[in-house]
Amino acid sequence: MELDPTMLARIQFAFTVSFHIIFPSFTIGLAAYIATLELLWIGTGHERYHRIARFFTKIFAVSFAMGVVSGIVLSYQFGTNWSHFSRVVGNVIGPLIGYEVLTAFFLEATFLGIMLFGWNRVPRGLHVFSCVMVAVGTTLSAFWILSANSWMQTPAGHEIIDGVAHPVDWLAVIFNPSFPYRLAHMVTACYLTTAFVVLAVGARYVYSGRYPEDGRTMMRMALGLIAILAPLQAFIGDAHGLNTLAHQPAKIAAIEAHWQNEPGASGVPLVLFAWPNEAEERNDYQIAIPHLGSLILTHSWDDTFKGLKEYPRDERPPVAVPFFAFRVMVGLGIVMILVGWLGVFLLWRHRLFETDWYLAPLQHIWPIGFVTILSGWFVTEVGRQPWVAYGILRTADAISPVEGWAVATTLALFVFVYGIVFSGGIYYINRLIARGPQGSAVEPPEGVPSRPLASAHKATRAAINHPGE
Amino acid sequence: MTGLGMEWYLPVIWSLLLAVAIAMYVVLDGFDLGMGILFPFAASETEKDQMMSSVAPFWDGNETWLILGGGGLLVAFPLAYSIVMPALYLPVIFMLLALVFRGVAFEFRHVADTSRFLWNIAFAGGSTLAAFFQGVLLGGFVQGIKVENNAFAGGPLDWLTPFALLCGVGVVAGYALIGCVWLVMKTDGAAAARARARAKLLLPAVLVFMGIVSLWTPIAFPRIAERWFTTPNLFYLAPVPLLTLVLAYAVWRWLEKGHDNLPFFGVIGLFLLGYVGIGVSIFPYLVPPSLTVWETAAAPASQVFMLIGTIFMLPVILGYIAFVYWLFRGKVREGEGYH
Repeated sequence: MELDPTMLARIQFAFTVSFHIIFPSFTIGLAAYIATLELLWIGTGHERYHRIARFFTKIFAVSFAMGVVSGIVLSYQFGTNWSHFSRVVGNVIGPLIGYEVLTAFFLEATFLGIMLFGWNRVPRGLHVFSCVMVAVGTTLSAFWILSANSWMQTPAGHEIIDGVAHPVDWLAVIFNPSFPYRLAHMVTACYLTTAFVVLAVGARYVYSGRYPEDGRTMMRMALGLIAILAPLQAFIGDAHGLNTLAHQPAKIAAIEAHWQNEPGASGVPLVLFAWPNEAEERNDYQIAIPHLGSLILTHSWDDTFKGLKEYPRDERPPVAVPFFAFRVMVGLGIVMILVGWLGVFLLWRHRLFETDWYLAPLQHIWPIGFVTILSGWFVTEVGRQPWVAYGILRTADAISPVEGWAVATTLALFVFVYGIVFSGGIYYINRLIARGPQGSAVEPPEGVPSRPLASAHKATRAAINHPGE
Repeated sequence: MTGLGMEWYLPVIWSLLLAVAIAMYVVLDGFDLGMGILFPFAASETEKDQMMSSVAPFWDGNETWLILGGGGLLVAFPLAYSIVMPALYLPVIFMLLALVFRGVAFEFRHVADTSRFLWNIAFAGGSTLAAFFQGVLLGGFVQGIKVENNAFAGGPLDWLTPFALLCGVGVVAGYALIGCVWLVMKTDGAAAARARARAKLLLPAVLVFMGIVSLWTPIAFPRIAERWFTTPNLFYLAPVPLLTLVLAYAVWRWLEKGHDNLPFFGVIGLFLLGYVGIGVSIFPYLVPPSLTVWETAAAPASQVFMLIGTIFMLPVILGYIAFVYWLFRGKVREGEGYH
């Protein structure tokens, strides 16, 4: 069998980058959360904040290590698997990644040492400062890498000389048209992802009656953030969509599975569900709402946008992946808004910590942000195809001169190694959560169960949650 | 452009900066990879804890120099990056996967109970393989890369030669040595005594490897012989091997006399001398034996933009790295961890 090096390299990059993005999207939010907890600890003197900060720092350490090692891989894969990409756009992309290393990676890696190992060794103020520096570092890292990615989506500030991109205006390169939207969308997504992990952990402690005080603090902080950020994210996402329609209209047509504007009909419908049939250029089993597509994407009743058939076949992205991944992303985004507002409503009615039908499923909601982020990235990255740098270089032309069997071998090794590392990481993070924040109570021998204890315990829980009622 | 303008100077400045980044990586990650190579030889689990604690606050920052090395090559010499990486495809990815295993082992081992021994193996195996493949990369790079039309034109196993494998073993020995002298400096008691004894075994072994590479390269590659053994180069370059011998003797004496810190800095000096030797053999080729730093350089606008950032950031970075090393100064005693 002939091994297609391009397809193998794409699968390999999709695999390694999807694996990697899970960890920074968690640690960007977690670093900010830990820094906030430490500032609250300094400000209020409550030991509770210190305890929660220490607890999440352990989880941070495990996640950060996985993020670092999988990130180093990426910085070399541009060369090993996509050497022609490095050559054609290296002049522009290279310095953006270089600035990420200089301003972000060293900052976070160095202060991480103090954050993890300095609790008993440095003054409290310096420790807080280090946590803030790690949080700043992770955010700067997002700034540069999203700038680089956005440039690949909406290139600007460059000229092409002999087929190679040369920078002309660095500000235009960095702040390319899709960058502000992508940065806002991604950083908000990171904070939401972390907030849902914190919320689920807090719900687990409250529901089981172990570490209820810490659990309640986690839940309150997380819900407050979610209630604001989840709806805000819908607005940012909408603005990002309009920006994509302006700069990458073929991607929007694929997301909406919009093949053509019917002659005589006005407005574009919103396809709720369909099975995109790329061979016959139509949707099977379509369920659609008239005019809603126009309303969402053009903010008007009758305006239309180009359908897929108006693009030559070799300039169309695949349809199924952006179409379905987009629906997963939006669907989960709506779930996030509902969960957040419901939680805040229950909190306001003083019922949050006793409402079992809310708490019990909430313990298991932690992956929601990760799935949503991966879906979003599938939309934007597959939607950019067949280009790797939009309009400049096709993915098929970006490949390294490496034989198929070599790429297949390393792909198998990546799946094997990442499989072990990922299982180990999830297992150990779960173990840390089961052990709970130290010092708040006697550690249960079996860890924190995810079921409530005896029903008699419930009454006690209510009493603890509302002292004086 | 007349004479030696920006287009001449910028690639020279960048090749020096890149050389500094790689040297920082080799020295800094060298000793913590060395910790993993020495791991199976630790006398007890508490000694393993002690070894790991001695590098735990630093390893992540140390490894960042590797990203700067790869990233720097992409930034300043994208053409070289796009040729060297596919040429050394398999060893680069093997090295990265080995680093994945050892990197997560730091944290996983700390959380694990019964599965701890597995992460001990991952840490030791990952560190040793990462060091070995870094040596292979060095050898594969020095021996040259087949290029046609500004692209790699060889096969996936071109790097696999006795010379590259020898370099791999040599780097493992070198990292183990710098790991030993790091332990001499950072631990005390039985652990330090054992490290001191091992350093005295490894020092001659490393010298032998350096000697073999120094003889092999000029014999196998005429371009390197020409660089070293023609006048007047011979007179300028003769101090490099002589200084290496003198410094190696000094390190031996310092180990004998019971110095704690001097052997570590002496071994750094040995590393740098070997490194200068390789640089002399290679420069100005960035894809030996065909493409120079000038032929592979990025657009001047890209080099200038990045240089401005580097001039501002590098002193800041070195400053806070020095601060962290100072903060965690002193010896790690048995049973004492930072966690």
